[in-house]
Amino acid sequence: MSGLRSFVARRLLLGAAQTVAVVLLVFALTEALPGDAAVALAGDQPDPARIAAIRATMHLDEPAHDRLADWAAGLLHGDLGTSLVSGRPVGQYIADGFGPTLLLAALTLALLVPLGFGLGVFAARHEGRPADRLISSVTLAVYAVPEFALGVLLVTVLALQLAWLPPTAVGYGTDLLGHPAALVLPVLVLLARPVCSLSRLVRAGMIDALASPYVAQARRYGIPALRVHYTHALPGALAPAVQQLARTVDWLLCGVIVVEALFVIPGLGTVLLDAVAERDVPVVQGLAVVFGVLTVVINLGADLVAHRLAPRAGVAA
Amino acid sequence: MYDERHPGLRRRGFLAATSLGALALTTGCGTADGDSDAKSDGAPKPGGRLRAAFAGGGASETLDPHLANLFADVARAKALYDKLADYGADLSAQPRLATQWEPNKTLDRWQVTLREATFHDGKPVTAEDVLYSYRRIADPDQAFRAKASLEPIDLDASRATGQRSIEFVLKRPTAEFPNVLAAFGAYIVPAEATDFDKKPIGSGPFRFVSFAPGRSAVFRRHDAYWEGAPHLAELEFVVANEESARVNALLGGQVEYAHELNPTTARAHEGKGQIEIVRLRNSAMQAFCMKTDRPPFDDPRVRQAFFLIADRRELVDGALSGAGVVGNDLFGKGYEYYDDSLPQREQDLDKARALLRQAGAENLKVTLDTSAVAAGFTEAASIFRDQAAKAGVTIDVKTGSKDSYWADILDNGTLCCYRSGAMPIEAHISQRLLTGSTTNATKWRHKDFDALYEQAQSTRDESARAAVYDRMQRRLYTEGGFLIWGFADWILGTARTVRGVEAKAPANTLDWARFDKVWLA
Repeated sequence: MSGLRSFVARRLLLGAAQTVAVVLLVFALTEALPGDAAVALAGDQPDPARIAAIRATMHLDEPAHDRLADWAAGLLHGDLGTSLVSGRPVGQYIADGFGPTLLLAALTLALLVPLGFGLGVFAARHEGRPADRLISSVTLAVYAVPEFALGVLLVTVLALQLAWLPPTAVGYGTDLLGHPAALVLPVLVLLARPVCSLSRLVRAGMIDALASPYVAQARRYGIPALRVHYTHALPGALAPAVQQLARTVDWLLCGVIVVEALFVIPGLGTVLLDAVAERDVPVVQGLAVVFGVLTVVINLGADLVAHRLAPRAGVAA
Repeated sequence: MYDERHPGLRRRGFLAATSLGALALTTGCGTADGDSDAKSDGAPKPGGRLRAAFAGGGASETLDPHLANLFADVARAKALYDKLADYGADLSAQPRLATQWEPNKTLDRWQVTLREATFHDGKPVTAEDVLYSYRRIADPDQAFRAKASLEPIDLDASRATGQRSIEFVLKRPTAEFPNVLAAFGAYIVPAEATDFDKKPIGSGPFRFVSFAPGRSAVFRRHDAYWEGAPHLAELEFVVANEESARVNALLGGQVEYAHELNPTTARAHEGKGQIEIVRLRNSAMQAFCMKTDRPPFDDPRVRQAFFLIADRRELVDGALSGAGVVGNDLFGKGYEYYDDSLPQREQDLDKARALLRQAGAENLKVTLDTSAVAAGFTEAASIFRDQAAKAGVTIDVKTGSKDSYWADILDNGTLCCYRSGAMPIEAHISQRLLTGSTTNATKWRHKDFDALYEQAQSTRDESARAAVYDRMQRRLYTEGGFLIWGFADWILGTARTVRGVEAKAPANTLDWARFDKVWLA
């Protein structure tokens, strides 16, 4: 157990270092972008005096390292800084955007896990038969459709032609749970591709496991097929799938930009896009920190679960 | 992949259309064809909530009217606040909070009288509120958009001469002073107001209910509005940056008004009876901008040759998907003082080639700067490149960053794509074409032209002033730096129940996005 503990500690330290590196990189890259927040804000009125005034009000005329130091000092007190554009705290931006994104991610995940694993196991058990072929070709086909195209297609057919569901979540703000119908299409779009990749992974892992010597051994002992499938073969097949699942969670949480824009859901992806367009560096940095920490923690969790499922595979730190 | 939302977001300028050629809005109740106009829909019906979708500024949006920069900001500011004057359909100043303005003989002191109006908290709008608002905008430590427009006013010398009268002292004669009162963002807020996002108080037709930046703003009818209470009981602004989202929300009945639609969307739904499409003609000036202070455009013959290279119809059809009209190298088609007596410029490649030969500019190579900063920019650039090739000019199209485009092209390069929203012709000249103009992208600097502008500003008689503007425009038409090839339509969509949307009103003029005159049938 102490080995595990030191593994976790090492991973957390590494994660912290990675997060700092990401933030520095984000800062350097935003500095390197042509134009700053003042230029972006001045837009088609690029009167040099006005740009200079905006720059002064935003303290952009101070050297980059001073601004970075100020920001880092604030971060140590848990202060993510304030937006250059609106002067509101960055923490509030993230808190506001987190709700919708988390809700979408949670719903998607709640459906993704049973669906992805179920389809995968089902296909593996019918390997080579029509059911397997059907699942394989459908998942491959759906996987090939970009989210945006799928979203537009679903909106056109299900919302506008059949009028079964609202086409967007416009005007509902963060109160998405109060309008569950508005969540159906976004979740469907989010679900479409991960379900495909996950079920294909589970299917492949399961087929491998079923062909492995330990399953053959279990069969020779006369253990019932169902038990062989679910307690012997499945855990071994799950390890890679869990890691894939972690990557999906990252993807879902870090703001699924396409879906948020298409369905007007004010989540983290929207916050990020707006902040980048406005060169609102503190907001981008704050998001980078949050995304960095989330990614580290989720992948750590996934590795621990994988370790538990397939101890022999070992876990790479 | 999400380029489309940025042009909307970045559109930090104001667009408008003119009254000329505007179509009557087809709002027939029983008949879907366009034979009825907005006025013939019977008596306005009070009540109801209208939801309007705009592209917005995300979580950094504010209700501070002096920071209004985006269309959504202006529409919200207009609902909550008033200006002293606002632009009519021909971009001339119309009285609003100010009932009248009277200059002295030398046009450098103006007496302005306010109407009797009250803020949402019941307090009257006074001269002190006006002076506070203008001083806030002009604060040297701030960068409010209207600051440059208010520059002619000497605010230290200006004073209240009564509760509802103000004497504005100007730094120089300004015949077009009412335009200053109508300037973008010059809204009147109560004296000492500083916090605009929690409980903003204005004198506009709607009062504040709630606001969530980047999502929604809900306002309610201000019953004591000086111009009469709005028909709508409530007005909600929602933000949808993606054009397809705005259209879908409109089609799906989630909103009743969608701002800023694409020409292709408009064509797909026009006359189908599902939604109404409103085209505000002659909205956005579309141009190529030649820097007149550097080769090859420092030679007026090269500029004239370029005027003749452009096939304007092809540019309008290709770059604007046909949603617009051709331009004549002059700003402000249909606005007050626009010189429409000049012949329409046509493509003439032979003459263009001859002019280039005379200028010693055969086999000319030019770089054309463009960017995806506004709809149609990159398309216009490649169409013009092909047109120029026919006259033996090689154009190298360079695509720049859209977030810093306007600042990049101000001083750099020689030829670029340009566009502008509606503003009075006087403002276009003073902001872009005088030696001291802050955004002089064509580098048009001529002492005699500056003198003409000053002459116009100190001419009291309107027809004499119009004659001076005509002289300036003829000069620009023959040898200016703006190749103005078109004016784009501004396209809105409304639900079929929406009545009273003014189709003649250019964006940013008084009647554009003016929800106090709208009702739900």
